[in-house]
Amino acid sequence: MALDQSFVGRSYPPTEPYEVGREKIREFAEAVGDANPAYTDTEAAKALGHPDVIAPPTFVFSITFKAAGQVVADPQLGLDYSRVVHGDQKFAYNRPVRAGDRLTVTSTIEKIRSMAGNEVLDIRGEVHDQAGEHVVTAWTKLVARPAEEG
Amino acid sequence: MTAKISYADVEVGTELPAQTFPVTRATLVQYAGASGDFNPIHWNEKFAKEVGLPDVIAHGMFTMAEAIRVVTDWVGDPGAVVEYGVRFTRPVVVPNDDRGTVIEVSGKVAAKLDDNTVRVDLTATNAGQKVLGMSRAVVRLG
Repeated sequence: MALDQSFVGRSYPPTEPYEVGREKIREFAEAVGDANPAYTDTEAAKALGHPDVIAPPTFVFSITFKAAGQVVADPQLGLDYSRVVHGDQKFAYNRPVRAGDRLTVTSTIEKIRSMAGNEVLDIRGEVHDQAGEHVVTAWTKLVARPAEEG
Repeated sequence: MTAKISYADVEVGTELPAQTFPVTRATLVQYAGASGDFNPIHWNEKFAKEVGLPDVIAHGMFTMAEAIRVVTDWVGDPGAVVEYGVRFTRPVVVPNDDRGTVIEVSGKVAAKLDDNTVRVDLTATNAGQKVLGMSRAVVRLG
């Protein structure tokens, strides 16, 4: 069943703050095998002009995707998550995420389309820090395949 | 931001050093833990096959994280990345052996933009086929 177009433009309440920890950044950098010292060494990060260690560019996805769960799980929208795959992902950074950030995410449904039987859902996540400053915007395109004919 | 590459020193067509990133089942388990994405298609072969996949596949976000390293290793400062986007076009299948598979990534300067930024187009392949489409980053140079 086609998703309800009237959900386009709907925003969900900001998430509770996620506190970015130094060791969580290290864990993520190690998991992707990235030895860039800006992720683990405060002095190296400061030498690059950052106040503390920064996170790899895609680190913030864990936070924005969890926030997008509000949309995905909205019973009124009726998305069947078991048929969803990740289509596109994009980030636009105002500054890198860094240790000590307390980040909130506001998710908005940007677009809903039907394409070749698939439902395509575009979600925008605006990420702000504890001072209310914009840090990064994440766009996530989810593609739901049609239910199999029973 | 302190990119070690100067805007004046690059031109459209400048190639970034290509890199090869190995992926094994252990890599995926570690990435699942670090990212919080525990979808069983990334670690459970039985489940993956039940939903129609050939085998366990890598997290798309893992591939995305590896591909940008060609850019961040080139500029030195990961904070110089202004924009980054990809399309997930083909899964990276990871066999259950100690060799796993590899993701090969190359990049090229595609456009010189305002404010000392350039657009880099990335190509990520696995087993000879592209796994990301529209893979582009905008990065601020020194």
